[in-house]
Amino acid sequence: MVSHIKNALIAAVMAGVIIAPVFGLQIVRSGMQTHLEPEWDMVLMGMAIVFVFQAFVRPAFVKVMGRGERKFSMPVLNDTSRRAMIFLLIAIALIWPFFTGRAEVDIATLVLIYVMLGLGLNIVVGFAGLLDLGFVGFYAVGAYTYALLYHWAGWGFWEALPLAGAMAGLFGYLLGFPVLRLRGDYLAIVTLGFGEIIRLLLINLYEFTGGPDGISGIPKPTVFGMPMVRRAPEGETTFHEFMGWQFDNMDVIIYLYLMALVLALVTLFVSNRVIRMPIGRAWEALREDEIACRSLGLNPTNIKLSAFTMGATFAGFGGAFFAARQGLVNPESFTFLESALILAIVVLGGMGSQVGVILAAIVLTVLPEVAREFAEYRMMIFGLVMVVMMMWRPQGLLPMKRPHVELKQ
Amino acid sequence: MSEFIPQLVQQFFNGLSLGAIYALIAIGYTMVYGIIGMINFAHGEIYMIGAYVGLVTLSAIGVGTGLPVPLIILIMLIVAMLVTAVYGYAVEKVAYAPLRGGPRLVPLISAIGMSIFLQNWVAVGQGARDMAVPALVTGALQVNIGDYTITAPYSRIMIILVTVVLMFMLHMYIKHSRLGRASRACSQDLRMANLLGIDTNKIISFTFVVGAMLAAVGGVLIALAIGKLNPFIGFLAGIKAFTAAVLGGIGSIPGAMLGGVLLGLAETFAAAYISSQYKDIVAFSLLVLILLFRPTGLLGKPEVEKV
Repeated sequence: MVSHIKNALIAAVMAGVIIAPVFGLQIVRSGMQTHLEPEWDMVLMGMAIVFVFQAFVRPAFVKVMGRGERKFSMPVLNDTSRRAMIFLLIAIALIWPFFTGRAEVDIATLVLIYVMLGLGLNIVVGFAGLLDLGFVGFYAVGAYTYALLYHWAGWGFWEALPLAGAMAGLFGYLLGFPVLRLRGDYLAIVTLGFGEIIRLLLINLYEFTGGPDGISGIPKPTVFGMPMVRRAPEGETTFHEFMGWQFDNMDVIIYLYLMALVLALVTLFVSNRVIRMPIGRAWEALREDEIACRSLGLNPTNIKLSAFTMGATFAGFGGAFFAARQGLVNPESFTFLESALILAIVVLGGMGSQVGVILAAIVLTVLPEVAREFAEYRMMIFGLVMVVMMMWRPQGLLPMKRPHVELKQ
Repeated sequence: MSEFIPQLVQQFFNGLSLGAIYALIAIGYTMVYGIIGMINFAHGEIYMIGAYVGLVTLSAIGVGTGLPVPLIILIMLIVAMLVTAVYGYAVEKVAYAPLRGGPRLVPLISAIGMSIFLQNWVAVGQGARDMAVPALVTGALQVNIGDYTITAPYSRIMIILVTVVLMFMLHMYIKHSRLGRASRACSQDLRMANLLGIDTNKIISFTFVVGAMLAAVGGVLIALAIGKLNPFIGFLAGIKAFTAAVLGGIGSIPGAMLGGVLLGLAETFAAAYISSQYKDIVAFSLLVLILLFRPTGLLGKPEVEKV
């Protein structure tokens, strides 16, 4: 007990040192001079919390944990119930937007974009075990492909969509080719470098990409060639005229939502199938042991490259859709933080687990929207959650269930 | 033509002072990587916090209170080093130590989380906007060569001098002290060192503390030289310092110093002779190229993967 108290005292003093210069002494600027405004109660409170935690809570926690089984895990769903749950969720997702407000559907669309991105990155990080910190670069490539094709050539969304995916995939292939022989954390840093290079190029190629302002006025997708706008451009009928409806902005939002849902479902379906194919098995094998794979005659570079390219392609689709929904793209949307957010979705969901990724995408997108008043603490908590998750459940909320056959007794 | 040489000297000086900062940060990366083989992603944030602590100290003392400037700077450096030492220690104990021995990706992700946390920790505490740092060291050394004047601000000369002194001290400490010898043993073989009775946990903490202290010095000095700071300066500086560490050969302390200086020079020359907008791209491209063609860096030893 004495040693606990002593340790806790040391920890409390350290907490004081950590909190004091950031929260305890606020720098206030008055004219040319800066002076400090002390807020000692905050420091003392922090110290007290740390002391109590270290002295009483943690030893008690360890005692409790030590007595029972330390590991407890959430129920792992079996195949049937998982499938039933997915169908139920799809049905709800299809019907739901018609009964709620505009803001909710808008957020749901955003969630679906992140689901798509999360599932794409899940292929790279979760299945193939390649830590990609520059995923947002491919997202940017997709978004700018559509934006630029519209801006310079007047292409519509549906013509540009396949090309956006292909372009991002091509970038993934070209960038992946040289770097994929690097080991884990080197790969992470190089991909981070690539992501930043893409963003910096978008900023600096001013004539081509519009620089920091980006490109605006990107049209929304059409419905079978009919634009969803109030007034049709010359010689075209709008969707609501064709259907004989009044124009309603809500229709556009629901349409975008349904499209995002379709894209997300396609991503889910493809990644779900591909992991059962030989190439998917090879990804997982490579993730577990590269040397063993090589000695079994698998070509690590090709296998990694296929994962990288496929993940990038989905990011490209997501990007094109993002550009269409937003109506404008600029490099601000493609910072490292975005990569970190997508990575957090994958990690929080449980690397390799698709249901987990979807769940995490919902949590990480909806929570900040709900907790608007905590906006400034949002990113702080976000970082902390990443750390705590790695300690508490490195396998994620819903860890992946490996497909396997059990012998009947 | 007559301007070419003096201009080159000017850029060389600029590059050297920038490179000195990178070298100071890079040592933290390289020492940690050398011992536990992980990238301490939050290291750039420690540098930023060091700069903030320096500013807080300066504001506490007050500018123009009659204290001699070198003494003020010394106090700033010492306070910043002490506080960031605690930060470095705590970050390691909280975010990395519990994860040791797990899969490689786990501590890296935890480190990214820590980095985001620390950035916003300061952004919430001290505000996210740019903050001006009072100019403590003013004036510049001016040398005329022909009709061209080379300007060397004292604040930047100070960066180079302080860095050289600290590098020398670190070198002597690692070479000759007990703790330094133990940390060298750990970087050769952590398990073996442990078996021979070295408290490896202590050495790992020591590594984080030393790295954090040096980064803090870099932060304080650059804040004084540039005159402003915000909570997000750590990210870019951290990535670049990591590039420097990789360039010199990660795990090698002289390599980090060399890599820092080379990166600083490359960036400055790119800004001067290509375009200042492309200097970050040059740094990142350099990182990619080195990792592709010489992943072990200039002074690093090749790593053999064993089954």
